[in-house]
Amino acid sequence: MRLEMSGLVKAFDGKDAVLNHVNFYGDVDTLALIGRSGCGKSTLLRILGGLIPASGGTVSLDGEPVSENERYRKKIGFVFQQGGLFSHLSALDNVTLPLVKVHGFSKSGAQERAYELLRRFGLEGEAGKKPSQLSGGQKQRIAIARAVAPKPKMLLLDEPTSALDPEYTTEVLNMIRELKDERLSFIIATHEMGFALHACEKMVFLYDGKIAEYGESKEVFANPKTSELKEFLSKILEWKV
Amino acid sequence: MSIFTSYSERTHPFKAGFNLLLMSLLITMLFWLALALIGVKLNFSFLAPLKGRLLDGYLMTVCLSGASLVLSLLLGIVCAALQSSKILVLKYLAKLYVVFIRGTPMVMQVYLFFYLIGTAYGITNRFLCGVLILSVFEGAYIAEIVRGSLLSMDSTQLEAAKAVGFTKKQTASLVIVPQLIARTLPALTGQFASMIKDSSLLCLIAVIELTQTMREISAMNFKMFECYMLLGVLYLSLTLPITYASKRLEQRFGYEA
Repeated sequence: MRLEMSGLVKAFDGKDAVLNHVNFYGDVDTLALIGRSGCGKSTLLRILGGLIPASGGTVSLDGEPVSENERYRKKIGFVFQQGGLFSHLSALDNVTLPLVKVHGFSKSGAQERAYELLRRFGLEGEAGKKPSQLSGGQKQRIAIARAVAPKPKMLLLDEPTSALDPEYTTEVLNMIRELKDERLSFIIATHEMGFALHACEKMVFLYDGKIAEYGESKEVFANPKTSELKEFLSKILEWKV
Repeated sequence: MSIFTSYSERTHPFKAGFNLLLMSLLITMLFWLALALIGVKLNFSFLAPLKGRLLDGYLMTVCLSGASLVLSLLLGIVCAALQSSKILVLKYLAKLYVVFIRGTPMVMQVYLFFYLIGTAYGITNRFLCGVLILSVFEGAYIAEIVRGSLLSMDSTQLEAAKAVGFTKKQTASLVIVPQLIARTLPALTGQFASMIKDSSLLCLIAVIELTQTMREISAMNFKMFECYMLLGVLYLSLTLPITYASKRLEQRFGYEA
């Protein structure tokens, strides 16, 4: 999928720019966004998902300009760090409601699709539960199921595991990897370097609101060119076995 | 029983029963002693022929409270919305309304509205006057309940609605309204119980509701104790079920906040 960003700027009211003239031209199937907290990963994903407007510059996905209108938004799946499931709806309804209301599924068609996904990821037992009755890992996996149910052209994941315990992290990452094997395109902001390296073909290192490095994950990881990435990697990997 | 115990603190039935009995005994003793000290013997038999009047008063209280519930709910929701309005004059008006009503006693409001506003604008129907006064009073409290739950809406829920592709209208009807109802319903039910009690102050402008009926009856026969004890029981017959419902709603929606 062709992703193009030119002169992308985002500044929130009266504050310094979070994204500062980001330029990017590349084909992206699976991309990891890495960088320390506050470097603009979430902001970039939110702009790509049509959730917030850019302050300046242009962004397009497969030639289609990124925008906040529903026609664009419904083609993109988005998974939040936490709290993205509708708290008043059961797991099943969280998946089916957007299918029915946004994507024109019939009620039975939506249920069929939802159960197909829940069954596949071992979540059918949780179908009737409200988010507050689910574990963090289950919540995130259902959020991912909801996002991929309408078969979006791109899935965006904003640090989907950073609020989870390690064992839940693995089950969520495994699910994303399985979806990748079905050729689902995704961009994930993550601190899980193992996942970024092994499950994402390409990697972008954001630093101070700019893209500091971009390339094949293995290449970027093995040969960091900037001192910022070297420092970031050494810090983040310091206590990893 | 379930009015006294919540699900989180289940006591052994025998222990609870014994202590409830003990409590009832203490209260009975307290009242019996008080009555003995002033030498009064209770006799409720005079009330039998007054059944019809009491029922009328009771129904009047129910109607006043019911009508005010609808009107004050509307007023409260509009006021809560106006408090975050971009039109400053409406915003200030809504804020002043809440501060004034919540900061002054209802007695004063009853007199002010009835004698000043009621007279000036020719609202002479006492039932209508009563409903208006009670609604204006409760509306300010309901506005605060609604505003509080609006403020407690998680912004991620709204972002998620955007992310799944909902339009603004769908976000309102499928996400905001259901969540607001779940959050406000227990508190609103509790407020309804207050409304029933507060309606008793409308006796000041001679609306013949339950309290006024009882005042008239006791003024005729001077049986203060019997009259006001019964009055308490009659109000409890209305407020206890509502309080219970409020508790159940709280449990039902508790995990959704």
